[in-house]
Amino acid sequence: MRAARVMRHTRKLRMELLFEPLQYHFFRHGLVVALLVGSLCGWLGVYIVLRQMSYIGHGLAHAVFGGAVTSSLLNLNVYIGAGIWGIMTVLLIDKVAARREINADAAIGIITTASFAAGVALMSRTRRFMRDFEATLFGNVLGVATHDLVIIGLVSVLAGVALIFLYKPLLFSTFDAEVAQVSGVPTRRIQLLFSCILALAILASMQVLGVTLVAAAVVIPAATARLLTSNFAAMLALSTLLGGATAFCGMYLSYYLDIASGASIVLLSALCFTAVMGYRHWRN
Amino acid sequence: MPAAICELQRVAMHYDQQPLWQDLDLRIAPGQFVALVGPTGGGKSTLLKNILGLLPCTAGEVRLAERVTIGYVPQREGISWHFPVSVEQVVCMGRYRQTSWWPWASKEDRQHTAVLLQRLGLAAYAKRHINELSGGQQQRVFLARALIGKPQLLLLDEPTAGVDMKTQHEILHLLRELNGDGMTILLTTHDLNTIASHVPWVICFNRGIVAQGPPTAVLTPAILRQTYDADMTVMTQGETTFIANRSLVHRHAHARSPRHAPYPKAADGTPL
Repeated sequence: MRAARVMRHTRKLRMELLFEPLQYHFFRHGLVVALLVGSLCGWLGVYIVLRQMSYIGHGLAHAVFGGAVTSSLLNLNVYIGAGIWGIMTVLLIDKVAARREINADAAIGIITTASFAAGVALMSRTRRFMRDFEATLFGNVLGVATHDLVIIGLVSVLAGVALIFLYKPLLFSTFDAEVAQVSGVPTRRIQLLFSCILALAILASMQVLGVTLVAAAVVIPAATARLLTSNFAAMLALSTLLGGATAFCGMYLSYYLDIASGASIVLLSALCFTAVMGYRHWRN
Repeated sequence: MPAAICELQRVAMHYDQQPLWQDLDLRIAPGQFVALVGPTGGGKSTLLKNILGLLPCTAGEVRLAERVTIGYVPQREGISWHFPVSVEQVVCMGRYRQTSWWPWASKEDRQHTAVLLQRLGLAAYAKRHINELSGGQQQRVFLARALIGKPQLLLLDEPTAGVDMKTQHEILHLLRELNGDGMTILLTTHDLNTIASHVPWVICFNRGIVAQGPPTAVLTPAILRQTYDADMTVMTQGETTFIANRSLVHRHAHARSPRHAPYPKAADGTPL
């Protein structure tokens, strides 16, 4: 009798914990955005981890920040301004890295850091933007409005559809770029398209994850999934699920612990990775 | 003279502004089975990549026959063995030109893959991860990926490297069979002994063509010295040719204890 009462009470408490934050408009929006971008970053992360190009996520996030600051100062829509900026950065990296003397990692390092520096310089000139951009740097769910939700939803759906139809050429060029090229895959165009999708995904993730933390949200779910499977399709599914799940749970963690959403999502993701690593180590 | 399936005319290649070769002419006729031999750093793989269009040559022209389909088997060391793909997925990649945009393999893709895996004795390993196979099986998987696109011209970069002698023979017999079916084959290799008995046309290459012809005409001490800048001994027994690096043999012979039997000598009296 008493045990049943305790169980009922626990269930009620659990339900309250789950539903209480949902009464807030900002949390509902933040949760949907986190779920969308977490899953998308997990999906994209598989290709980035397998190409050993984790640096590009980090770099593009910083570059997009420069675009966000500039478009804000020019009173342009942040999504359009930073989106164009991000795509221009990708094209510039491609152009510079096409030179044999400069590797892609050096090109990414130069262009994205310069872009970030431009953002920081502009931000320090106009101090009134400081608080707004702190949220962009570290993630804050408070600012997710309905129009953000629509844009982020649209970007996520478009990116998802593109990734479905690019599955075969992306898999082939990620595994073996040279043979893929010989076999008819337009490898350079596919890489460019992928980088543009990544730039847009990072842009969509900016508000919830923050530009300084988005790279981790891209890499950690994929690295965790790789530890769990040796099947490519399963790795894609697991990484997408892990990305979505850690973003969803991280949002609750952020609410109850009163910490930045980006930090809670990334910390939870890192905890999952550590647990899987520990499990693998224990099993071996 | 039949039209060439691949022709290089006055091709030049530079690396870091240093010329690798200049005015290189090469003609490969349909149905030829050619081995490109030469020292490491001699430019064999670079030449293959010139032909494939992966590395553009700095001057001259690489001409391929109209609508020729090409298969390529890269070097083992360039493959990411821990990439999460199964044998059947790797082979299926080769059907890129024939396959649909949908992410899954079509019934036709699966059928073609199964037939080829069966032919190459890999049917039992279709679902395995590529890293779970032996060196010879792995090489056959990548050969299957190249063959699934039904190439008329097959280029292989060091297909016999890193596998045991039995597997080397198996691979070359398989290539011979494919060549018998009309496929033109160009491969690079370090293994002079295996190609001497399996490949009908050899090109000695060291930053340019040193000589080309049937193995018996090309694999001579003089040409090999010019190609490798090392003394080689060539012995023929029946239809089999043996090639040994004389400087290495000398070194080993000197290191032997006097208690050992005298070291065998070649027909001309020089130590093997």
